[in-house]
Amino acid sequence: MSLPAAPTDFTLTEAREAVRARKISARELTGACIEAMDAARALNAFITETPERALAMAEQSDRRIADRAAGPLEGLPLAVKDLFCTRDVRTTAGSKILSNFIPPYESTVTRNLWDAGAVMLGKTNMDEFAMGSSNETSHFNPVVSPWRANGANQSLVPGGSSGGSAAAVAARLCPGATGTDTGGSIRQPAGISGIVGLKPTYGRCSRWGIVAFASSLDQAGPMARTVRDAAILLKAMVSVDPKDSTSVDRPVADYEENLEGGVRGLRVGIPAEYRIDGAPPEIGELWTKGADWLKLQGAELVEVSLPHTKYALPVYYIVAPAEASSNLARYDGVRYGHRTARAEGIGDLYERSRAEGFGAEVCRRILIGTYVLSAGYYEAYYARAQKLRTLIARDFTDAFSRCDVLLTPVTPGPAFPIGEKAADLLSMYLNDVFTVTANLAGLPALAVPAGVTGNGLPLGLQIIGRAFDESTVLRAGRAIEVAADFKARPRTWWTET
Amino acid sequence: MSVDQETVRRIARLARIALGEGQVEPMMNELNGILAWVAQLEEVDVTDVPAMQSVVQQNLKLREDAVTEGGNAEALMRNAPAAEDHFFVVPKVVE
Repeated sequence: MSLPAAPTDFTLTEAREAVRARKISARELTGACIEAMDAARALNAFITETPERALAMAEQSDRRIADRAAGPLEGLPLAVKDLFCTRDVRTTAGSKILSNFIPPYESTVTRNLWDAGAVMLGKTNMDEFAMGSSNETSHFNPVVSPWRANGANQSLVPGGSSGGSAAAVAARLCPGATGTDTGGSIRQPAGISGIVGLKPTYGRCSRWGIVAFASSLDQAGPMARTVRDAAILLKAMVSVDPKDSTSVDRPVADYEENLEGGVRGLRVGIPAEYRIDGAPPEIGELWTKGADWLKLQGAELVEVSLPHTKYALPVYYIVAPAEASSNLARYDGVRYGHRTARAEGIGDLYERSRAEGFGAEVCRRILIGTYVLSAGYYEAYYARAQKLRTLIARDFTDAFSRCDVLLTPVTPGPAFPIGEKAADLLSMYLNDVFTVTANLAGLPALAVPAGVTGNGLPLGLQIIGRAFDESTVLRAGRAIEVAADFKARPRTWWTET
Repeated sequence: MSVDQETVRRIARLARIALGEGQVEPMMNELNGILAWVAQLEEVDVTDVPAMQSVVQQNLKLREDAVTEGGNAEALMRNAPAAEDHFFVVPKVVE
């Protein structure tokens, strides 16, 4: 394997080989990432940087490598979305209400990563409580995408909610990161930031220690620059966890093993309902191109229908706020988190602490959720939404009787300027139109960079698979990756003075 | 269905979020925008469709009813905004 000149350009796979073969020490690799992170403050990708911890972890990795006791991710520097509780390292969920919270425990997913030898670089910025598609709802200010349109200086969003992780990976600050995905929060930022992002099947990764948003939809997953890198990270993240009753006891495949198996004979469904009015023509053109790529490699294209697709977003905006209103009831200014400075009585303390601690989008969703669960409205909204959710899941079951995976766009458009959609809630919500269905049905789905717009901004394609069939999803994603040969990378304007 | 200002005040109270008087009307308008949009779900016939309970079918796991951790009051109190001797301190509740 010939390695890039700069260690920060190593893919996770290359970094793994280089560290194992001792062509570079974990400390050198981590040092290079820390330098890149220092030089990229203009992106605001991190809420908390942990360089000292990273170097200490890297030195331990180097010792384990010398002792021939290296783990599968030994010495590989990763960024962690600030939704994963990390022991003794501030975990904010992008919110003022948790801005001083230092967990006394470690999330299962990050525990698995450190046990595998990975190195923590820091905690990445995100939309507050993962509620957003642009990173603009963060209490710690928006993340700036490393990407800019050709010849333009306008700041663009990295997507959200895992926007800090997407920006960090796309800007080559680290070879991989964790994200979480409730309605598209891994895949949408990956798609518009030109990287790979995978939402595993619901139950594949433990949710224990991840700050809860909508518990029936939340799922952790990897973000990286290649499909193989995502497969490597996924393998390390998953586990059966007694601390999460929805964590599923199923065998974990070796996701790398069949990656190059190709798509000959694979039946690829093309869902008619994913062609939407108002999307730029480039979205549909890239989708057609992706289908052609798979066909040329021997896949069989199948026209399928998912008739309830148009209801997925409205269902999501009932179910997710309902669950959020329950999950976020715990923030009361008593046991941890922000407490108001002036309270007259306990009720006032709750109300003021929450009003001061939550941002506008979070308040809105809590109120919507409280309303749809309230007496007299539960049947009309929440119960109906959960029935629609059954129909959406059935659509997929029917489609998967005729195909093995589905191919769709990731987003209805490329990265947009900061501030452009913030005032129009529904146009912001529409960012997740192609991703939210997989959350409602619990299915694994992968975003793969597949091309650029006329002005040089990345676009992705999505592969959705059957429950627990991440292997096939990754194999099909790898076929897209090979055909797309995506080489675009952002110009490093943030290091220019 | 839409909400009026009184309903917004009521649900804000249920959600324990203080809303200033100036915030009620804008919030009402935003909530009504979302409610008008989700109203499209009414056009689908959901008779005899079961509500989704779980996206992944599996039996609820049971564990032995036993103490698995404890004795970590110090760590648990570390994030308390106000604490005394392992107690959380709040404004007076009973006069």
